[in-house]
Amino acid sequence: MKAIRVIPRLDIKGPNLVKGIHLEGLRVLGKPSDFAKFYYEQGADELMFMDVVASLYERNSLHDIISETAKKIFIPITVGGGLRSISDIKEVLRAGADKVCLNTAAIKNPELIKEASRMFGSSTIVVAIEAIKEAEDKYLAYTDNGREYTGVDVFEWAQKVDELGAGEIVITSVDREGTGQGYDLDLVSKVSGLVSCPIIAHGGAGKKSHVVDVLQKAQADAVMISSIFHYDFIKHNESKGSLLEGNVEFLKQKRNFHTFEPCCINELKNALVNHNIECRL
Amino acid sequence: MEINKKVTIIDYQLGNLFSVNQACETVGINAKISSAKEDVFQADALILPGVGAFIEAMNNLAKLDLISPIKDAVEAGKPIFGICLGQQLLFTESEEFGSGNGLDLINGVIKRFAEELDGKKIKVPQIAWNKIYKQLKSWDNTALCEISDEEFMYFIHSYYVKPTAEDCVLTLTNYDGIEFCSAISHNNIFATQFHPEKSGEKGLSIYKNWAKKYNLI
Repeated sequence: MKAIRVIPRLDIKGPNLVKGIHLEGLRVLGKPSDFAKFYYEQGADELMFMDVVASLYERNSLHDIISETAKKIFIPITVGGGLRSISDIKEVLRAGADKVCLNTAAIKNPELIKEASRMFGSSTIVVAIEAIKEAEDKYLAYTDNGREYTGVDVFEWAQKVDELGAGEIVITSVDREGTGQGYDLDLVSKVSGLVSCPIIAHGGAGKKSHVVDVLQKAQADAVMISSIFHYDFIKHNESKGSLLEGNVEFLKQKRNFHTFEPCCINELKNALVNHNIECRL
Repeated sequence: MEINKKVTIIDYQLGNLFSVNQACETVGINAKISSAKEDVFQADALILPGVGAFIEAMNNLAKLDLISPIKDAVEAGKPIFGICLGQQLLFTESEEFGSGNGLDLINGVIKRFAEELDGKKIKVPQIAWNKIYKQLKSWDNTALCEISDEEFMYFIHSYYVKPTAEDCVLTLTNYDGIEFCSAISHNNIFATQFHPEKSGEKGLSIYKNWAKKYNLI
């Protein structure tokens, strides 16, 4: 048996941790470092930081947040958003990231995956694929948080990414992301079967059983989760996001979505173990 | 008592040294990141980290004129702690991107994970927390003295070491049916395939106990 990974995903806009639906409509939830520390102490296997507005400005602005986090948190950190070149990658690795996540730049220039994985090692290069369902068994890859149409077929692209030397693939169902309706099992399972590298399932986790399903039925090697952990965190903790930016009404009201059953990492992992799924407790 | 022992983290311009340095700082090791051979000569102990490609790493070490300084220092008894690719570099040769010669401080080869075992697909690289367990060697008086058998550590690699002699094998790990050597200890050499600096508080204890063993803190 091999242990699966539970990876909290922190979407960042400016100084704030945010959460959207279908990767859009961002709400401010708090200060990223508060969440990161809590998840580390709770037994997160890795952390993913995504600069969700980076592509818009064509630059990643997470260096300070990463450096601050990496000083206190001794688990792997992946950073994504707006990374365009070898020198961009070098910069975030120097700031303390262990892995980088590419999407837009990889689709525009697939050779970047090859070059980067030769230079930094395959295991440092993660490629994110944002999939939107077109028809049964037909998904297209989008970029810029599901906004930009590329016309690229997800399954062909996943195979190419694998061949070019990516160390792992984050497969996001944009349709499910932020909805809490469960992972797109067909999508994850098909991609997992087509490639030789590990697959991280993302988009749709609303409760524990969704996570069990994607691991048992869709052969995911890891799960990426935002809402159910974030909502659990804000239920029990105070985290002050910057009020200067973004929609903070949601946070003030301490409201919750009825489609989610928040739980902490530990709780989720115990549930996985009860289903005979191996993970680090 | 003030301790002035110095540790050099060897920088051959591959991978992330931030967290290795941070782990050192957290446990009180006086570490310096450097590519200069003077710092290899002057250090009381060496850390050889690394993520990336074996050939690229050896080329960079050659360009920086670090190969003989490292070999000489280790052969003269200076403690060295190799991590991930840094462990692999200590060996004779690698299969990665064609075979190439390593530092040859430990006899053995670097192998790539098979992508299939008994008809079942194996995901490569291994990117996972996985258990380290004992074989013949005791972990007492090693950097692993606070680690219990079958503790989870963080792995991220496509290649693993295969030492010629079994007596340097300190831990084993099983990845989806493939058992491999995940840490070695041989005289003044200690090295891990996993990343202790990415393995939480348990991982940090490995830095601390390695440093204590050699009176570096």
